[in-house]
Amino acid sequence: MIRINCPYCGERDHSEFSYGGDATINYPSLDASEKEWTEAIFFRKNIKGFQFETWHHSNGCRMWLVVERSTVTHEIKSVKPCHPDLQKVVENNK
Amino acid sequence: MKTRRIDNYGKINRDKILSFRWDKKNYTGFEGDTLASALLANKIGIVGRSFKYHRPRGIFSSGVEESGALVTIGSKDRRDPNVRATTQELYNGLEASGQNAFPNVNFDLAGINNYLGRFFAAGFYYKTFMGIPPLEWGKGTAIWMFFEKFIRKAAGMGSASGLPDPDTYEHAHDFCDLIVVGSGPSGVAAAIEAAEKKLDVILVEQDSLIGGNQLAENDFDNSQIKNQLENLGIKIMTRTTAFGLYDNCVVGLLERVTDHISAPNLNIPRQRFWTIRAKHIIVGAGAIERHIAFNNNDIPGVMTVNASKHYLNRYGVLTGKRIAIATNNDSVYETAHQLSEAGADITVLDSRSNFEIETNKNFEIRKGYVPYNINGSKKIHSLDVSKSENMNKYETINCDQVLLSGGWSPAVHLLSHRGVRPKWDYSNACFLPSDSKENITMVGSSRGLWNKNDCIASGIAGTTDALNRLGISKTNYFFPKPGGWKNPIQPLYEVKYKKSRSKSFVDYQHDVTTDDVRLAHREGFISVEHLKRYTTLGMANDQGKMGNIIGLSLMAELLNKEIPEVGTTVFRPPYTPVPIGALSGRNVGKHFRPLRVTPMHQWNIDHGAKMIEVGLYQRPWYYPKENETLSDSYIREASTVRKTVGICDVTSLGKIAIQGPDSTEFLNRIYSNGFSKLQVGKARYGIMLRDDGIVMDDGTSWRLAENEYFMTTSTGEAAKVMSWLEELLQTRWTDLNVNVTSVSEQWAGVSVAGPKSREVLNNCVDDSLVVNNNNLPFMGVTSTFLKGNIPCRIARISFSGELAFEVYVKSDFANTMMDLLWANAKKYDGCLYGLEALGALRVEKGHVTAAELDGRVTIDDAGLSKMASTKKSYIGSAMRKRGVLKNNDREILVGFFPSNLKETFNAGTIVCEKNNIKGQGIGRITSVTYSPELGHWIGLGFVKGGLDKWKDIILVGADPVRNKQMNLKVVSPHMIDPKGERMYA
Ligand SMILES: [Zn+2]
Repeated sequence: MIRINCPYCGERDHSEFSYGGDATINYPSLDASEKEWTEAIFFRKNIKGFQFETWHHSNGCRMWLVVERSTVTHEIKSVKPCHPDLQKVVENNK
Repeated sequence: MKTRRIDNYGKINRDKILSFRWDKKNYTGFEGDTLASALLANKIGIVGRSFKYHRPRGIFSSGVEESGALVTIGSKDRRDPNVRATTQELYNGLEASGQNAFPNVNFDLAGINNYLGRFFAAGFYYKTFMGIPPLEWGKGTAIWMFFEKFIRKAAGMGSASGLPDPDTYEHAHDFCDLIVVGSGPSGVAAAIEAAEKKLDVILVEQDSLIGGNQLAENDFDNSQIKNQLENLGIKIMTRTTAFGLYDNCVVGLLERVTDHISAPNLNIPRQRFWTIRAKHIIVGAGAIERHIAFNNNDIPGVMTVNASKHYLNRYGVLTGKRIAIATNNDSVYETAHQLSEAGADITVLDSRSNFEIETNKNFEIRKGYVPYNINGSKKIHSLDVSKSENMNKYETINCDQVLLSGGWSPAVHLLSHRGVRPKWDYSNACFLPSDSKENITMVGSSRGLWNKNDCIASGIAGTTDALNRLGISKTNYFFPKPGGWKNPIQPLYEVKYKKSRSKSFVDYQHDVTTDDVRLAHREGFISVEHLKRYTTLGMANDQGKMGNIIGLSLMAELLNKEIPEVGTTVFRPPYTPVPIGALSGRNVGKHFRPLRVTPMHQWNIDHGAKMIEVGLYQRPWYYPKENETLSDSYIREASTVRKTVGICDVTSLGKIAIQGPDSTEFLNRIYSNGFSKLQVGKARYGIMLRDDGIVMDDGTSWRLAENEYFMTTSTGEAAKVMSWLEELLQTRWTDLNVNVTSVSEQWAGVSVAGPKSREVLNNCVDDSLVVNNNNLPFMGVTSTFLKGNIPCRIARISFSGELAFEVYVKSDFANTMMDLLWANAKKYDGCLYGLEALGALRVEKGHVTAAELDGRVTIDDAGLSKMASTKKSYIGSAMRKRGVLKNNDREILVGFFPSNLKETFNAGTIVCEKNNIKGQGIGRITSVTYSPELGHWIGLGFVKGGLDKWKDIILVGADPVRNKQMNLKVVSPHMIDPKGERMYA
């Protein structure tokens, strides 16, 4: 059982969360080309080790989180809100 | 001697006699017995027949590693197959029977298999039935399919009752600093040390008593230990197995709450499935004694040495009178001594030639001797033994029991669950646990320590390790070195039989012999993982706890390698079987998944609704009058809506409040059609695409105020759309000032549809002017009051194609709203209508739902190209015309009529060209209904090229599943009122 330390709710079972996807994708603007969107949507690295990924605390506070997780061991290094303003708030409240 | 029970031995309660039934005969035992000890006491030697050969099998052990005594407990719906007799506590009235035998274990007709052994060697089924050249494809498979049911009947274990499980099970959760698995000397020492250092400790023991292997000591009394643990506040969980370790120090436990009670209180669950979240795990799971492979090593009466010690000192059962003990290590001598004190004649055969051991010489020790062959079939008559150096000569010892000790295997299973591979230790001839990077520490004999003081020291060291890793202390510690016997063990796995076909068992439970391992090697299955699958070694429900190492050693010998070079199999959870009932807990029957009902659920039922499940929701399906069938009812309901008025509960639609200054911009980005010019007081139908350009969902958004919208989504996609909007706002468009809130539960909604709907609403609202055509035109929205001062939102939205309104009130007012609307609808001969009529109305209009928008359909496929704005960019706009999505032979939404209007068809029908009826055809029918308006069956669906291509061409609807076929006419999906005049009325 992966346990995720939600910045708002504390450490919870992963069954409370839904997996999102690669948190490092910079989605192109809506008017960007088909090629740019293809890159953003379909091409993913298959990382062995730590990767940044989004998780939604769907059965909790409903916040989207960036989780730094090892694909080998499930070890989690960090959990932050996705929203940059909220990241700052959480950081300041530490 | 009527029983094997002897006086002054054991910890059973002889004042409490328990009666039980074994294979339909009555016996007695004592409180504190297991079924196995009671059977042994009653001199019942044969308790089952083996998996393939139907050989008589007895009791091999006294614990969870048991691979012979698998029995069926209970009867009827409480029949529980494959229970280890060695761990089943005896209770009054227990009913048990042997397995895999007909008519019974003593006289089994299928015992003939024993003599057909060569037909049942490893891989026999595969070779015979699945791939006989030249029949490798086709016939071989067919032969297998034919024989499979007979083979499965002959080879196998007990069978499940086939009836619903009458017992309840429970899921439970707990947290702790430290969980200790095993209550032997090491586990207890670790738990005490941790509790004294103020850690919150749970101690788990699979046995009914704490003590571990000390329970086999004649002078052991656990009451003092128990008091000490309890006084320290340690939570002790007996009859509880730690069956698996998972990420983040999560431990799965199975607690057997009532399996030992004859008439359990039915309000108590039979078993509890625990999920424990610990900060550190200490495993003191002990070690398991191995047997030795030699000919006929499975005859009832063969047992591990340690098991007979348990039966003697815990249960007061002397398992044999003339006992031969075969060993390669020191661990057997204390037992030999005690058995001889208890009155048995003992001969020890030790494969080692040079060693010194202290004994009182009450029994004979034959140094350098190994067991060669057991004589007997249903019980042991004698044992042939030979000098290890010279296998060609043997002598025979008369005996009624053979005890084996081929060394000990530390129980590294739980650590193996975490992917930590054990390492082979040559001096102790066993796998030892490696260190784990996770917070898991192995202690006691599960780290290869053979004597008690070392075990205790390792327990304390284990807790110090835990404290250090948790950052509570920084103390030096060391673990005692593995081992602890005076003389080294001498590896002994197999004594080879000189005659051709042998029955030297490696894995008792799956009938895998040493010959099978050699056959696998000859046929090239030399990797451990292949060996395991080809021979099924270690794949029975004991996971080869006793025999795996023997299999590995044989393969090592064949490959001329060392055991660690051959590898080790990876153990996976569960350590011992976990019943399906415990896994499902209370999530069965009605509680299998959550049930959602609308606030007017009871109102609907009270007014005659038959309900249907839509996702988690219960929705009204139809409202039959008197003897109406489903189709009578929905046809009447749909006609009534077209003629006068109908009322339909639409609360299950997803509802989202969208608020904030950038709300309009937000909607304009997520919908494919324009939202920037939607006025306050108006609603708009919108389509959302996914990033990849496929349709995600459709719904409406109502502009309630400058910066406030009320969005509805489809019932099925409500949760997905909500998460999607949150994702966009929190991850992609973090500069947008918008707030989204799910209000699905807060609002109750109905559709009021039909030519008389406005008149009905007129009578229901406080101010009748608000719903007239000027104030509430098509797609108009108003926030107003129903009579009785009930605040409501009304939008003039039509799914049915008629003049129609959606009315929403706060959920608490749902019943009041229904009463009010229904009282007025009745005045116009209106009706209540359900999902079936709603479906008929929308199919007539060509409106799509989840049946059409199935995650493969583009906006153009759905015939909604008009809804794709060309004036703006939105989610999916860049991708909706990519690659194959712009092919001109895509399947496009159309309507279907049967050519012969008297015919019917079903959703799922495959649409084909007339002379080419095969495969996936050129399209499919997704929704069908009888159209009351048109008077015949109609359908919606897709066909390559759409209406333009097939307008006047007859196609064929193939329905091979239902054995139906009909000619089809392709028509516009807008089958009635294509201009929408009724909606605008
Ligand atoms: Zn949270």
